[in-house]
Amino acid sequence: MKSAREIEIMRRSGKITSSVLADLLRTARAGMTLRELDRLAEKGIRERGGLPTFKGYHGFPASICASVNEVVVHGIPGDYTLKDGDILSIDIGTTFEKYVSDSAATVGIGAISEEAKRLMRVTQESLMHGIAQMQKGNRLTDISHAVQAHAEENGYGVVRVLVGHGVGTQMHEEPQVPNYGEPGKGVILRPGLVLAIEPMITEGTFEVETLKDGWTVVTADGKLAAHFEHTIALTEDGPRILTLRENDFMELDVGRYRPKEELAA
Amino acid sequence: MARKRRGGQRPEYRNSGSDRAARNETPKEEAIEVEGTIVEPLPNAMFRVELTNGHRVLAHVSGKIRTNYIRILPGDRVLIELSPYDLTHGRITYRYK
Repeated sequence: MKSAREIEIMRRSGKITSSVLADLLRTARAGMTLRELDRLAEKGIRERGGLPTFKGYHGFPASICASVNEVVVHGIPGDYTLKDGDILSIDIGTTFEKYVSDSAATVGIGAISEEAKRLMRVTQESLMHGIAQMQKGNRLTDISHAVQAHAEENGYGVVRVLVGHGVGTQMHEEPQVPNYGEPGKGVILRPGLVLAIEPMITEGTFEVETLKDGWTVVTADGKLAAHFEHTIALTEDGPRILTLRENDFMELDVGRYRPKEELAA
Repeated sequence: MARKRRGGQRPEYRNSGSDRAARNETPKEEAIEVEGTIVEPLPNAMFRVELTNGHRVLAHVSGKIRTNYIRILPGDRVLIELSPYDLTHGRITYRYK
């Protein structure tokens, strides 16, 4: 549980994360290497007064996770050069005055296929459906169930072995937030709770494998995967996305939650 | 960054080295150390474990693992000490991450 003061610090932390992420999503284009993006990310975070949370986390060597096509999450940004038609998931975290914010988004490089666009749209919608369930008095797995239901209705797989998490002074706090499960289980959500909800949605099977580098997680069948994530605080007035981007997915108003109004406020 | 799913809510026992010397331990006398994978949990903190050589043995959980609340789930890789007198029974002494 976080106090209003802590959530305010986390909001500022989230601001850094979201603005750097927005820059990266705008900048990423064919011909760039993932390493260049990582360098931009670290520079962006530090210029804004934050520290890259991922760097050194259990030995992770970079400030962002860059996951291309069949890579689900935790891709290490190396010498891979982006090419037209790729889909790139960028996951980024900032530590600001000891508090962490964590966010991710998937972006198409150049002209991408209709199937890839649909996968990305459904993943983002799943995230919003999950956030909409983050209401006072609901239970944790109401979020999980909403994410899973939306993704599976659209014929996609929901990765099981990786989950969202509580966020605070540590990147990974309790509780774990699975993206699947029956509703009505787990802890009762109360104001002050801060979660990172992060659906990882695949075109085919939800089975994944970890490569020999110990980080990179790929789909077992080699099909595409998308990943969207926000850090969200539950307040007395409902969920508040701490990592909302200016150009975020605005058309979607799910349930009682209206991101448009929040950005205007 | 997504988190690896783990059963249970207790803080996990984290140990960076799987090397016995680094863990500052000695095996119980005469024990045979082997690696295996958990097949199924059984009552009374016992597990059916498949060894790398294909044998299946019954293993219980060592006291140290119990006191540190290390959760062991099917599919986990573990280090086992086998009794030299009865090779179908063993003690789980370490869970690999």
